[in-house]
Amino acid sequence: MEGEATDFFAATFSIEEEDHTLANSLRFFLNKNPHVAFCGYSMPHPSEELVNLRVQTTGKVTAMQAVKAACEDVSQVCGHMRSTLQDAVHKFQAEEAARKR
Amino acid sequence: MGKDKGKGKLPEHLELRRDFVTCGDRLNFNVNTITSANTFNAMGVDNSWDFAAFKDSFQIVINKMDREVMEFDMIGCDPAIANALRRILIAEVPTVAIEHVFMINNTSIIQDEVLSHRLGLVPLLVPPHLLEPKLAEEAPGEKNTVVFKLDVTCRRKPDGSLENDKVLTSQLEWLPGGSELPEETTCRFAAGQAHLFTASAADAAAASTSAAFAAAAAPPSPLGSTSGPYPRPRAVHGDILLAKLRPGQTLQLEAHATKGTGKEHAKWSPVATAWYRLQPVVALLKEVRADSEEGKVLLETCPGLFSADEATGLLRAGNARGHEMVLERLRRLLEQERFSSCVAYRKRKDHFIFTIESSGVLHPAELLAQALDILADKANNLRDKL
Repeated sequence: MEGEATDFFAATFSIEEEDHTLANSLRFFLNKNPHVAFCGYSMPHPSEELVNLRVQTTGKVTAMQAVKAACEDVSQVCGHMRSTLQDAVHKFQAEEAARKR
Repeated sequence: MGKDKGKGKLPEHLELRRDFVTCGDRLNFNVNTITSANTFNAMGVDNSWDFAAFKDSFQIVINKMDREVMEFDMIGCDPAIANALRRILIAEVPTVAIEHVFMINNTSIIQDEVLSHRLGLVPLLVPPHLLEPKLAEEAPGEKNTVVFKLDVTCRRKPDGSLENDKVLTSQLEWLPGGSELPEETTCRFAAGQAHLFTASAADAAAASTSAAFAAAAAPPSPLGSTSGPYPRPRAVHGDILLAKLRPGQTLQLEAHATKGTGKEHAKWSPVATAWYRLQPVVALLKEVRADSEEGKVLLETCPGLFSADEATGLLRAGNARGHEMVLERLRRLLEQERFSSCVAYRKRKDHFIFTIESSGVLHPAELLAQALDILADKANNLRDKL
């Protein structure tokens, strides 16, 4: 993976061994960042394991910082969803047990 | 931009565009999600990411769960995340499947390569986390390979009936000591794998019928199936037909299973499939009398969906869930202006009805938990590499 930087506020990140799964999630969180002016991604070829993620910022943060923040957001959201899932499973099992009784 | 700036204070028509897909008779409208942080700046509404708000609104409600299928509502999350989870479930959660088949003798009618392919697709009850993924250049060994043997000969019994005329997955025999042909397969075990699978041996002994298989099924505890003890490796379903034999025909082979992901081959996919759809919502746009012409038609074509309010004589739209067939009829009615002006068929953009059908190896709730971990790992890996 390499960030090809012309200046610090706009960069294309070539992420190897990743696909829509990560790139689209990152794009969502980058777009949700008010300091990101543009974000998009493309897969140059479907049989190549590579995505190009383009990020342009308004100048308040560097592109690198924006992507890092998006990564943090993804992992934070996953953590919260996991604990929510755990609670939901326990709740379902408790209800199931109550139904059987 | 303050987070306290009235979220959700958009004019009603924009809120509707943001939160709902509107279904027309021929196509759906407003299908895109509005993600840009600055979209509603002019209206003083902050559309940027707000973890606290996500935390407040995000919900998982399980509707149905057993060890094979789980259906749940995932509310308050973006399609980007829902789709990432779906993709990971199908292609990136690892399982164990037969990768190499060494034919010793095959005099049956089914060709070596066809049988090998069939064997590969059999879901195997091996907890994936006990094995390491085998890289192409790595030698097979007890760390990355589980070995099965199949040795079946069909013959006619004295009473004229056939023995072993059907080869089933329950006849796959696990070899804890590894390959019996280490010279040919280059697969050598040092200590064997018997210590990994220590759960009561009863399940393996009684593994001849599918009923016994169901009884001795995978650990049913969701989110807990990563803790032992584990039963002896076998096929999840013992009653899958692998081949048919005639008297005198023999099948002798050794099958080596390795860990992989659905990305490489669908046989490693831990789900039959995983999918989601959006929550349907039906709304009345104006008052419709139940005894008016439109009201009568709606009540008749969409039973259960609409009801008449006895006191006022007006039509009421009920919960659209569980009336999927009726909804398609409603969609046809929307062709006519007189219906499309009074009824709207919508779908909530952030409410997913998610279904996970496990192949039986891992509990579907466990699969989802692993998918979430994998997505978080991907993000953390990228962050660390930047």
